[in-house]
Amino acid sequence: MNGNYLLSVEDVVVDLPTPRGNLRAVDHVDLTVGAGRTLGIVGESGCGKTMLSRAVLQLLPKKAKLSGRVMFDGQDLLQLPPEKLRKLRGRSLAVVFQDPMTSLNPVLTIGTQLIETLQEHLELDDAAATRRSVELLAAVGIPAPEQRLAQYPHQLSGGMRQRVAIAIALSCEPKLLIADEPTTALDVTIQAQILDLLAREQRRRHMAMIIITHDLGVVAGRTDEVAVMYAGRVVERAPTPALFKKMRMPYTEALLAALPKLDAAPHTPLPAISGRPPDPTRPLKGCSFSPRCRYAVARCQDEKPALEAAETKAHQFACFHPIEAHADANA
Amino acid sequence: MMPQSPPSISSHALLEVDNLVVEYPVGSRVVHAVSGVSLQIARGETLGLVGESGCGKSTLGRAVLQLRRPTGGRVLFDGHDLTTMQGDALRLMRRRVQLIFQDPIASLNPRRKIGDIVAEPLVIAGVKDPDKRKQLVHEVLSAVGLDPTLVVGRLPHEFSGGQCQRICIARALILNPEFIVCDEPVSALDVSIRAQILNLLEEMKARFGLTLLFIAHDLAVVKAVSDRVAVMYLGRLCEVGPSEQLFARPAHPYTALLIEAIPMPDPDVRPAETVPVGEPPSPIAPPSGCRFRTRCPRADQRCSDEVPELRAVAPGQFVACHHPLI
Repeated sequence: MNGNYLLSVEDVVVDLPTPRGNLRAVDHVDLTVGAGRTLGIVGESGCGKTMLSRAVLQLLPKKAKLSGRVMFDGQDLLQLPPEKLRKLRGRSLAVVFQDPMTSLNPVLTIGTQLIETLQEHLELDDAAATRRSVELLAAVGIPAPEQRLAQYPHQLSGGMRQRVAIAIALSCEPKLLIADEPTTALDVTIQAQILDLLAREQRRRHMAMIIITHDLGVVAGRTDEVAVMYAGRVVERAPTPALFKKMRMPYTEALLAALPKLDAAPHTPLPAISGRPPDPTRPLKGCSFSPRCRYAVARCQDEKPALEAAETKAHQFACFHPIEAHADANA
Repeated sequence: MMPQSPPSISSHALLEVDNLVVEYPVGSRVVHAVSGVSLQIARGETLGLVGESGCGKSTLGRAVLQLRRPTGGRVLFDGHDLTTMQGDALRLMRRRVQLIFQDPIASLNPRRKIGDIVAEPLVIAGVKDPDKRKQLVHEVLSAVGLDPTLVVGRLPHEFSGGQCQRICIARALILNPEFIVCDEPVSALDVSIRAQILNLLEEMKARFGLTLLFIAHDLAVVKAVSDRVAVMYLGRLCEVGPSEQLFARPAHPYTALLIEAIPMPDPDVRPAETVPVGEPPSPIAPPSGCRFRTRCPRADQRCSDEVPELRAVAPGQFVACHHPLI
């Protein structure tokens, strides 16, 4: 990997010891994000998408074992001493979590939390930090920002709390923002507002962003590239338009097909994916998706397909029997 | 124009909710959770109920089943008014109605075996013969796609969310109910599992001849299973109509806004720029007149002065709006 990327995740493995044995949460993942670009990481619960983001942030559980390399802005985060890491997080590497109620401190006012972050990373006096806090709250669409500074998180709605969390994340002009299911806890109308807010601020600040979600609809209109994860691995990766134009990995296709469609008639049976993901403490020898895959053959059970590019370098997938090959075979 | 005339199906309604009001005190103030909702559900029909969190849709579902006693109005189930029913009469009636919750893991007692959990409604209903109970438990677990012999002796934590929801559905079905309130039954589930459970609900509905009130905030999910859809905002119904018609031609600005806000899994569909503004006001002090007016692009003076009543705009489609889109 060269230095053109703001973030490059190289061969990252995350192992978690559990009473049932070793759980491989992230299994040899490579990803890159360029400055000002947006990457969507899509997958269902337990696929490792959150653990991967925690690996980037170096916020893994204490017992977790991490190997590989995470290069951010020219530095290897795994080699960085804790003090330097702490300075980096919040400053140039920021995060917005799913549940704003648990990421905000319930006993501190909004103002205290914003000002604390600003003063931790930037040389600002109280007056300047307060002024900047008001600007930030206004920028994320919070009405009457001056009054909000004195309020506590519980006095705000879920959508407003997420706006505050975004304001804190944006406060030090980060180079990369990781948004981990930022709208999953929110209503659909609020979700649209928050996604628009993130997109607007990302463009305005020329910030890179990783959106982690289980919803293909969220990444479709709002990312440059998408990585689909299944059972700890990236199983398909492509520029967003290319992915939606031609999904190659059967899992990606099945994930899209399983979504209820607004243009389908009521009571249309959904093409569900049968079964469920494999037990991450009992990894399969072959392709992890093979037990649920309708295209699987013997080879899929015996051998793990590598993530490889096909006709275009940017579109990679890990499958012996990608979708189109089947269409050809049947034709 | 008939005031609050319920979107009428005919006299075949299994469930008839008439001007239902649910209010509860918070300190010295009152939360207006449900403010005069009327609707009917025909036998064999699925009515979808959508709205944002806090709009009163779950409260309405519970009030229908008398899990929360309504402050006013009537709930007629098969001609019997549940709101005035007490004690044994209500208990007997409850065998015919069931509820499935959002969080399947939280709605199963973590210390009881699956076989006992699913059999419990039978015990309460007075089925004394253990062999009979066992047989019914096995039948219903097979029906929801679980292997009874592998499942009955295990505890809820041994199962995934999707499997727990299957168990909840089995428990809801075991007394052979006629009507089930499904309160966000798939919101906590992953996409691939969600489709399995939605298909299962449809199968069970056909097999057991069920009537469903399907509550959810996800319009695409609601449309997938509902014959008709009711849209709720801050305690009142905005619009009711046949699913396809309502999605193709929404009459209420709020319905249109909800549809617009759905993220489409298609990069060629640019996210709508007409972003819905603001958030719902508090149900403690709802706006006068039309409750949606504070977020509505079409609102004018009349909307703050006068409560819009539900009225027909198309066959089967009813809207409560002074300035409907159609």
